[in-house]
Amino acid sequence: MAKVLMKGNEAIGEAAIRAGCKNYFAYPITPQSEVAEYLSKRLPEEGGVFLQGESEVAVGYMIFGAAGAGERVMTTSSSPGISLMSEALSYITAAQCPAVFVNIMRGGPGLGGILPSQGDYFQATKGGGHGDYHLLVLAPDGVQEAVEMTMQAFTLAEKYRNPVMILGDGLIGQMMEPVEFPDDLKTEPTNKDDWATNGMAHRKSDKRNLVKSLFLDPSALNNNNLVLKAKYEQMKKEEVQYELYNADTDYQVLITSYGTMSRVCRTSIDMLKSEGIETAMLRPKTLFPFPEKQVFDAAGKQSCKAVISIEMSMGQMVEDVERCVKGRRPVEFYGECGGEIPSPEKIIEIIKALL
Amino acid sequence: MGKSFSQPAALSATHTHYCPGCTHGIVHRLVAEAIDDLGIREKTVGIAPVGCAVLAYNYFNCDFQEAAHGRAPAMATGIKRVRPDLMVFTYQGDGDLASIGMGEIIHAANRGEKFTTIFINNAIYGMTGGQMAPTTMPGQRATTAPLGRDTGETGMPIRMANLLGELVTPAYVTRQAVLKPQQVNKAKKAIRQAFQYQLENRCFSFVEVVSTCPTNWGMTPVDALKWAEDTLLPYYELGDYKVPE
Ligand code: SF4
Repeated sequence: MAKVLMKGNEAIGEAAIRAGCKNYFAYPITPQSEVAEYLSKRLPEEGGVFLQGESEVAVGYMIFGAAGAGERVMTTSSSPGISLMSEALSYITAAQCPAVFVNIMRGGPGLGGILPSQGDYFQATKGGGHGDYHLLVLAPDGVQEAVEMTMQAFTLAEKYRNPVMILGDGLIGQMMEPVEFPDDLKTEPTNKDDWATNGMAHRKSDKRNLVKSLFLDPSALNNNNLVLKAKYEQMKKEEVQYELYNADTDYQVLITSYGTMSRVCRTSIDMLKSEGIETAMLRPKTLFPFPEKQVFDAAGKQSCKAVISIEMSMGQMVEDVERCVKGRRPVEFYGECGGEIPSPEKIIEIIKALL
Repeated sequence: MGKSFSQPAALSATHTHYCPGCTHGIVHRLVAEAIDDLGIREKTVGIAPVGCAVLAYNYFNCDFQEAAHGRAPAMATGIKRVRPDLMVFTYQGDGDLASIGMGEIIHAANRGEKFTTIFINNAIYGMTGGQMAPTTMPGQRATTAPLGRDTGETGMPIRMANLLGELVTPAYVTRQAVLKPQQVNKAKKAIRQAFQYQLENRCFSFVEVVSTCPTNWGMTPVDALKWAEDTLLPYYELGDYKVPE
């Protein structure tokens, strides 16, 4: 298929349609409102459902209702909106419904700013709502990957009956890049008759289905949490995605970075290489499950003197990196947040100071 | 002679946890009878609230989802929009619908979502133990209003049917009661009518039911019925507030 030039936000909307998602509920917020604008035009053309809800709180539950009824469904928002949806995310996860949430991050905390940021790593990977749960979190580094991950997200959400989050940032949402939509990433929806509230009429058994998160009996609640935990363990085994860059060299420093930030780091690595200094990068593509073993192994390379996590945050993913490096190398951090993305020159300066 | 009284198919055999004399049981039965009458049980999805009816999914014999506090109308919107062929109803109390869920119910009604809401108004928070609700009457005692509701501090009780009846979008909005047999019969007709409008894909339908909470009112069931009749009905007037053209 030929490539088309598209803005990230619009490409995410189109990717959902190509993945077979016909249902979208959202509330406007910068810097991702173009997804809603795009889908308000495209979904009716596809015979799908577009609805602008009255708040992100309500949208979270529209998603819950639709997912509980067994239909593929997506919403998109940005940081403060995701905070409001976090209530629903906790419920949806507990009730084991598949759904896709996209967070095109902006700076925080509070109203923050509308420029790109990676300040929602904790919220996305550790659970922004209450209770013991995880989202499966995919972090694209550009528009093409945002498309592919959005398409994969529906398959993963159904495989695990768990919400999947695409964690991008304002730059990925706003920039234009040539993209293609790989047809082979579209999957058939799973059969949901054994749990979804899709009406008893066409089901084989007379069993009614309940979509719920209340377990007043302590052992029943514990069991539900064990079921969720088993899914997270399975994700750790089967879904880890990452990329290594320049890692077949005798690198002196290992950078960990994801999303937009990793693109800048790549440039710095190339520039350092031309000066004769080898550095490498491990870029997690899944933030949960995190590439734990891969970070440990890459940090342990004999030539590697230090690990540094470079983020558009005040230091969030670095906590996972430290956890995985297990003290075998010093773990440093550099980050900026507020909307300005650290430049390649700045990163080079920081890295040289480590040598 | 044929059987004149039997259990509706849309009600399960489970014993409810409702207090003796509570009117929730009556309203459950009326909803189940309407579902049976219209023959829609196999395509009905109920939404349970947070409140005394949180376990409603155990008592109805159809698919059910359980919402967070106040969010049932948003969930119902999600289901009904993606599966317009299903019949969807929410069953909510006054803390759930008129307090924390005010935004969700107003907007669902105003969009004209084609689902049905059964709204139990008993002027108090039941499950959490008798706290003041937006519907609590002036001077009525609650655990968070030990001297009685002070309307200078908390405003006047909200009349949901009146409020929703003011919206311009076509809808069926009615207030009924289940304090006397005649009222129960009328409420039954209203609930059936509400589902009928949904079945015809006509409009949003809302049935407020003035109910009792003997436990948290600190009354016998009989006294509770009398208090509701004397105190609630003059303020919460029964009747249709909006009927679709
Ligand atoms: S607390 Fe009140 S509303 Fe709740 S079950 Fe008991 S009597 Fe009914």
